[in-house]
Amino acid sequence: MPNPDHGPSLQQQRARSAFWFLAPMLIALFCVAAWPLLRTIWFSFTDTTLSNLYGGKWIGFDNYLSIRTLESGRVIYRGTLVDPAWWNAVWNTVRFSVLSVTIETVLGLMVALVLNAEFKGRGLVRAAILIPWAIPTIVSAKMWAWMLNDQFGILNDIMLRLGLITEKIAWTASTETAMTAVLIVDVWKTTPFMALLCLAGLQMIPRDIYEAARVDGIHPVKVFFKVTLPLVRPALMVAVIFRMLDALRIFDLIYVLTPNSAATKTMSIISRENLIDFDKFAYGSAQSTLLFAIIAIFVSLYIWLGKVDLSGGGK
Amino acid sequence: MPNILKGRALRSAAAAAMAAALSAPMAQADEIFYVSGAVGNAIENFRVLVKPWEEATGHTVTIVPMPASTSDQFGQYRLWLAAGTGDIDLYQTDVIWAPQLADHFVDMTELAKDLAPQHFPSIIESQTVNGKLVALPIFTDAPALYYRKDLLEKHGATPPKTWEDLTATAQMIQDAERAEGKADLWGYVWQGNAYEGLTCNALEWIASFGGGQIVEPDGTISVNNEKAIAAIDTVAGWVGTISPGGVLSYQEEEARGVWQTGNAVFMRNWPYAYALGNGDDSAVKGLFDVVPLPTGGGNDTSAATLGGWNVAVSKYSTKQEAATSLALFLAGAETQKRRALTEGNLPTIVSLYDDAEIAAAQPIIPRWKDVFLQAVPRPSAPTKGKYNEVSTKFWSAVHSTLSGNSSAAENLELLELDLDDMKGSGW
Repeated sequence: MPNPDHGPSLQQQRARSAFWFLAPMLIALFCVAAWPLLRTIWFSFTDTTLSNLYGGKWIGFDNYLSIRTLESGRVIYRGTLVDPAWWNAVWNTVRFSVLSVTIETVLGLMVALVLNAEFKGRGLVRAAILIPWAIPTIVSAKMWAWMLNDQFGILNDIMLRLGLITEKIAWTASTETAMTAVLIVDVWKTTPFMALLCLAGLQMIPRDIYEAARVDGIHPVKVFFKVTLPLVRPALMVAVIFRMLDALRIFDLIYVLTPNSAATKTMSIISRENLIDFDKFAYGSAQSTLLFAIIAIFVSLYIWLGKVDLSGGGK
Repeated sequence: MPNILKGRALRSAAAAAMAAALSAPMAQADEIFYVSGAVGNAIENFRVLVKPWEEATGHTVTIVPMPASTSDQFGQYRLWLAAGTGDIDLYQTDVIWAPQLADHFVDMTELAKDLAPQHFPSIIESQTVNGKLVALPIFTDAPALYYRKDLLEKHGATPPKTWEDLTATAQMIQDAERAEGKADLWGYVWQGNAYEGLTCNALEWIASFGGGQIVEPDGTISVNNEKAIAAIDTVAGWVGTISPGGVLSYQEEEARGVWQTGNAVFMRNWPYAYALGNGDDSAVKGLFDVVPLPTGGGNDTSAATLGGWNVAVSKYSTKQEAATSLALFLAGAETQKRRALTEGNLPTIVSLYDDAEIAAAQPIIPRWKDVFLQAVPRPSAPTKGKYNEVSTKFWSAVHSTLSGNSSAAENLELLELDLDDMKGSGW
């Protein structure tokens, strides 16, 4: 019988030991996630450069927006928030994210429905479909760069022989097709991941619901929209969040695949360019901070609007 | 008489380098990490090149290969150096990087006081920052126009002297050859990707049209002028006609890919492509030659962007003695000569241009002296730490024009404004 007057209760003891079990992970998370993030935010309010990392002075919001009035009375705006290159990158990133995540979700769900069916060799197919996801992005980007090459790329060759195109397309070079090329490769790479998450959701649906529908003679298309989709929705929403987080900070694929032109430059690429190449470390930090803020806003909006339940509790 | 003097100077320098090299092994056998970009056979050749040094000193050299794009290399080096890493002892640096990375490198002035005067003074000067010699030149680079002897002969054309000639000849041969069934043949390939290489290419077009050097040595921004606009407009006309549309994503190796499979009449490239183009697996072996790049718009001097590579010792290296010994070895006359013989890299040591053995093995090298006389430096000296940003803005403006997004006149005007903002009261 617990005695409230002597020592902590069982509940308190459990909470305390739980804390000690969690402590290593919390410390690790603080060191690798919270500390770099806070430091980047701090850098964005200073004039730090890469050659002098510890000597930055506080300059307030100047990296974001500074307004100066010249003697002639002209007002000059400077900073990331009025930098057209930055907004171009934001637009590129958002466009890429929305398009790629939409296509990947639809395709991933389709693949998952197929894989959910019973057929011979299903285990093998499930493993095989993950291969694109398992290849490191740099490797697949380089591989696709050669396949998309305008002169000796296999894609142009196939399409030319099939008569789909009349002349070779400069996939990654032309500003019209560069984004398409990036989308093709990203969809190829990430659809398996979406399929896997959707499949996990599909397998949670009890089989007897389908049997009941079959007994009632409901058309399969109607079953999909009335039964499968609503039941798989929670899993799907979480999968979309994961992909959105990933897509909004895309860097490696675009950096390797396409020329460093305004047509495909994303937020991550432009902030790296400022951080490293231009030695405008503080300015790049400001862009990184904005990138963080934009992703945070996107995800909160999504969770709020989609009423996504991330706690794993009730329905 | 002068020959004897030169010989003696060479010999004493070689002796000094050897002495420096030999004094090291007594201490211990170090493993030196050397980081360098990897283009063509550079890595394989480097291993052979350092063999004698490894044998003489007992040290070993591990080469850390980097991507071929110099912009990518620079980013990585800057990161490592800012972090003060001791993992890399020697950096192979581009001719334009000295002002931006100088703080992180060992001053070689004293160590190279015998060796430095043998090099082209202008190259040594480019590697000297505030009186500190931060990197030793190991080879230099200036591009030229590669042309197919066989195709020009077949169609009765001569190597072009002007860009207008080049356009006409390339178009003529391309049309004629395609009519004969060579559907993949293109007139001219060059480097149009949005990276440092496009700055080199575009600087050549502008300078050879008489349009200045983007930013002049005194810091004036000169890029927005009639001749520069005419130059970029001419080039914009090549994309999709005599050059494949994909040229806007080509770096050196992609251009060489098209050229070396026999699918281009002309190519703009650095000397490394000469030796590779005459390799056994090349479809154009023995079928091509080089001339200085053309001129344009009625201007009569051609322009070749001064490239070239140097070796710098990291201040953060814990094995500086062995590292400097290797740097002196690589920059020395003997190594440069071997590099010239095997790879066709241009020496930075003046006397090697009169070397009979080099002239016999690599006949283009003595001829490159002419190209050198017309070499233009990129504006890395006047723009100092802001060079990368200037260059990025410049190549972006050119790339956007060539992609057909807006006209050269508009883009160069905007570029001038951007550069002016960046310059502020002074570079």
